[in-house]
Amino acid sequence: MNSFEYARPTTLEQAIGLLSPTDGDAAALAGGTDLLSLMKDFLVEPKRLVSLMGIEQLGTISVGKDGLKIGATVTLDGLLQSGALNQWGAKWPALWHAAAGIKSPQLRAMGTVGGELLQRPRCWYFRRGHGLLAQDAKGGSLVEQGDHRYHAIFDNAGPAKFVHPSSLAPALIACDATAEIASPRGMRTVKVSELYRTPTKAGERETTLASDELLTAVTLPRPLPKSATYEVRPRQGLDWPLVAASVAFELDGGGKVTNARIVLGHVAPTPWIAADAKSLIGKGIDDAAIAAIAAAVAKAATPLKGNAYKVDLAQVAIRRAFAAALKGN
Amino acid sequence: MSQTDRPQDASSVSRRGFLRGMSASALAAGALAPAAQALAATVGANAGPGATTSAKAAATVFGPAPIAVNLTINGKTRELRLEPRVTLLDALRNHLDLTGAKKVCDRATCGACTVLLDGKAVYSCTVLAVEAQGKAIETVEGLAEANNGAAPIQKCFVANDAQQCGFCTPGFVMACESVRRRNPHANREQALAELGGNLCRCGTYHGVANAVLDAIHGTTGGK
Repeated sequence: MNSFEYARPTTLEQAIGLLSPTDGDAAALAGGTDLLSLMKDFLVEPKRLVSLMGIEQLGTISVGKDGLKIGATVTLDGLLQSGALNQWGAKWPALWHAAAGIKSPQLRAMGTVGGELLQRPRCWYFRRGHGLLAQDAKGGSLVEQGDHRYHAIFDNAGPAKFVHPSSLAPALIACDATAEIASPRGMRTVKVSELYRTPTKAGERETTLASDELLTAVTLPRPLPKSATYEVRPRQGLDWPLVAASVAFELDGGGKVTNARIVLGHVAPTPWIAADAKSLIGKGIDDAAIAAIAAAVAKAATPLKGNAYKVDLAQVAIRRAFAAALKGN
Repeated sequence: MSQTDRPQDASSVSRRGFLRGMSASALAAGALAPAAQALAATVGANAGPGATTSAKAAATVFGPAPIAVNLTINGKTRELRLEPRVTLLDALRNHLDLTGAKKVCDRATCGACTVLLDGKAVYSCTVLAVEAQGKAIETVEGLAEANNGAAPIQKCFVANDAQQCGFCTPGFVMACESVRRRNPHANREQALAELGGNLCRCGTYHGVANAVLDAIHGTTGGK
């Protein structure tokens, strides 16, 4: 990798100052598990790394009566440990399942919540230096021409055909979480879903964060009573899921749905929010209703030539996530 | 040094950048402990215009030239001078001649570079050496030293035929040692789940699972 300057500030203000554009091309370093690999492949070439790991306030988790606030540099291990200790894992099982689905202890030990949410796509065209949109000289899609078994089955009509790699983002969005963002202009709060976008032209990234903005924490509000994440995985060890579904819903006294969210992972350039979830409202949840909603979500899919199997997997993931949420484990 | 390292462009420090750097280090000097002043001066020269802002923000910027890095490896403090870009794995292998941890994928995927950082298994290829300061680093060499020969987990690897070509073995040994210490009651399923970050292309997983269960329970877990 290229050489770079290194700083390890102890306050958020210092970090923002060191990352601001007047300081040139700087990148924030947390666990480094993705950033350093990207730098070794010259996919990103920052002239300065600003370590966030010396900033205490970014590494804390607080569990309140109504919510859960997770600092951006909390490690995935720290997240899981705190979930067991504080029993938040039982309140937000969708997030618990997603975090536990990251199967490498080495990644969990170093990788952080903020880094997991902002990791770059795993698309092999992108990782081999063909750019996020992976276009040839004439603007044709290398993804369409080549092997795209892991690529998008939703929101892929434009040039972007990669899938967003985050495991935590679909769960956080299903839990209606917000993200706290710091920059030289102050703090702002957005829905986690608003962190992501589908790039439409070269040079655009998959996140809405400006280059001088820093994700500092995510906050989960009062949970919906039922939630779960189900991942369809190619293997038990370290790998990204083929498809994941996070669901969260609430039933009234008569067993009718009053609120429901379905978010799919690894199927689109952003975490994919299934608008069809609303059609569940007012209905009871049984096997037939779950199968119907899964089929309705899948119907909108636009798979590429070689990845239609992911449409079936998406249905399986949705059905099993609902089943797990109803069972409460 | 990795094959993909690009040589540093020594001519990139312009005269103007150098002069600005000097003024920046003068600004920084007031806020720094005396021992750090000499370092800040060299850093400022390389840092160029950016160093000015950093000095105002009162956080020191180091590199890209080599800086002092103190690592605690297998209980001993090692003083090194490394560029900030040097990974813990490269520091161990290329600067300290501790070649137990292997460089295979170099992308936080295969586990051959696994060492323990404060008792937890990590991919040393994807940890900067500067970031490992202040933490207890344990390598496979340390296991043998501490046990005056092969450590129990290593003996269990031999007894359970847990290696074939052997290249992934040091990483697996460290991952297993972490499992043994952190979950001393692990059953087979739990132990295997904790080994999800290591790959063996020979397919010795069965033997490795038996080895770690042997080390934990003194049995081979049904071998």
